[in-house]
Amino acid sequence: MLFYTAKRFVLMLPVAIGVSLVCFLLVHLAPGDPLSAVLPTDASAETQAEMRKLYGFDKPLPVQYGLWLGRVLQGDLGVSIASGRPVAGEVINAVENSLVLAAAATLIGFVLGSLLGLLGGYFRGTIIDRLSSFTAVLGVSVPHYWLGMVLVIIFSVQLNWLPATGGGPQGSDSKGLNWDYIRFLVLPAITMSVIPMGIVARTVKALVAEILNQEFVQALAAKGLTERGVFRHVIKNAAPTALAVMGLQLGYLLGGSILIETVFSWPGTGFLLNAAIFQRDLPLLQGTILVLAIFFVVLNLLVDVVQTAIDPRVQRA
Amino acid sequence: MTNAVEIENLVVEFTGGSRPVRALDGISLSLKQGEVLALLGESGSGKSVTLRSLLRLHNPKRSRTSGKVTVSGRDVNALDADALADLRGGVVSMVFQEPMLALDPVYTVGEQIAEAVVRHEGVSKAEARARALALFERVRIPSPERRLDAYPHEMSGGMRQRAMIALALACKPSVLLADEPTTALDATVQIQILLLLRELQREFGLSIIFVTHDIGVAVEIADRVAVMYAGRIVETGPVAALLHDARHPYTRGLLASRVERVARGERLETIPGSPPDLAALPPGCAFGPRCSRATSACQTTPPELMVDGQGRAVACFNAMTPAE
Repeated sequence: MLFYTAKRFVLMLPVAIGVSLVCFLLVHLAPGDPLSAVLPTDASAETQAEMRKLYGFDKPLPVQYGLWLGRVLQGDLGVSIASGRPVAGEVINAVENSLVLAAAATLIGFVLGSLLGLLGGYFRGTIIDRLSSFTAVLGVSVPHYWLGMVLVIIFSVQLNWLPATGGGPQGSDSKGLNWDYIRFLVLPAITMSVIPMGIVARTVKALVAEILNQEFVQALAAKGLTERGVFRHVIKNAAPTALAVMGLQLGYLLGGSILIETVFSWPGTGFLLNAAIFQRDLPLLQGTILVLAIFFVVLNLLVDVVQTAIDPRVQRA
Repeated sequence: MTNAVEIENLVVEFTGGSRPVRALDGISLSLKQGEVLALLGESGSGKSVTLRSLLRLHNPKRSRTSGKVTVSGRDVNALDADALADLRGGVVSMVFQEPMLALDPVYTVGEQIAEAVVRHEGVSKAEARARALALFERVRIPSPERRLDAYPHEMSGGMRQRAMIALALACKPSVLLADEPTTALDATVQIQILLLLRELQREFGLSIIFVTHDIGVAVEIADRVAVMYAGRIVETGPVAALLHDARHPYTRGLLASRVERVARGERLETIPGSPPDLAALPPGCAFGPRCSRATSACQTTPPELMVDGQGRAVACFNAMTPAE
């Protein structure tokens, strides 16, 4: 197991290097001068050249990449052009917020999705199955920014139960298990959870239906296990795949939440990315994308390792 | 002494498809204590359905069952869920044809055996594991301690079937149902498993119903044979009698189509035609359309199983005599 983990880790390195290269080049491939945002339009050629030198844009690309990678490895992602603060700090802050939101959404989505999937799988062909499928399809296909707005209209505007936007109470940094903070999380988390809910529900339903059709389920009944005893076996058989799907969903949510974070002004990576794009804040954009990409790679590694640990059929060689 | 198994007029219909399929068409059968009965027949004749009915394993939503099934004095179709679960594995247990499919792939075989022991006897996990180990030794699995922690896919076919037998015997059942347990194995392993089953049967005084389509296997293991065709029993009798003096034309046909009887270069005798569609059985004898002795009576009413007083029975209007 340790060897397998080490091997997977080593295999991950080329991917990580590739990711960093793409991130670095992304900025240089994009049209427009990266400095146009900081420089006044009437800046002289000298000033421009000076700025270019200051940001290192005058050196050849491989050198720029080497210098950039060296700084990145030391945790220095540069300074945001728009705010003047270090990108690393901004990104870490945003990642933290996104993580909270994504974790909450995945948890809600996984629990509800598993429940729907189990019901659908166990009651295949009945009205329960069709309701479960309907909900799952609805979850995947409803545009979530629209759902977010609808939820805001109902729960914030009409009922006034929950705040419409924001990442926590004004002027307070307290994040944690207090209602003052959590109430800001509820609507975006629910909005975000519908997609993993639908995907998990469909996966679990297909898994359960397939497992229940296998002969060993009949054999388990034949050795005297009750429905509950058989259920335990079904869960353990379905868990590796369901967890893998959940892990990937968590990964998608971490990066793919631009719309929801913008609708709810949740100060996460999506919100940050959105801001960076509109402000042409290249160091910030680069740093955010890099962190997200590396995060995704590591997450995949974790899912693989965990899956191997719980499913004996995956080769540990 | 009561019979280990008593089946009276058992009818099983599968209703999942577009037309109901009558898999068992009123079979009656009894199994004495300590007796080994082979259910012989081709695919779709209802052998496995009979076995599964003894454990009430058919999904009630997709099947209809009538008739009476008594196992060790218990009316299987009248048991509530708890009593049924106690019966399964505790009184009657089953060895499946393909242990790779019948064992849960994500639990070790040791865990699966221990689970059954804990379920039926309420002992501690350590005790259950000790029982599993003893069973592994009993079914002669080499290095049993290590194999307990193996997953099904890590064992060979023969080992898996031994493990399956150990699992079936874990809670000391009195009746063992074996659903073609040697079909998926190669010939040498097949014989080993048959010998093991025979040995365990004597040791534990088991009553066994052994489903097979292989007459050679039936001869090897059984005291008595019941031949099935299209959901009915067409002939029963002691192995030796059936082998030398089959009365039903279908049994004769099966016996004639054995490879061992044919010299090299000769044509193998076969039964003409193919088994009937169970969803559209002919009104008379189901074997009638393939039978060379069929008369007009065979086309109108199905023949009843007639007992002859010497432990034999045959369902045929034109049963054969020993001379034929």
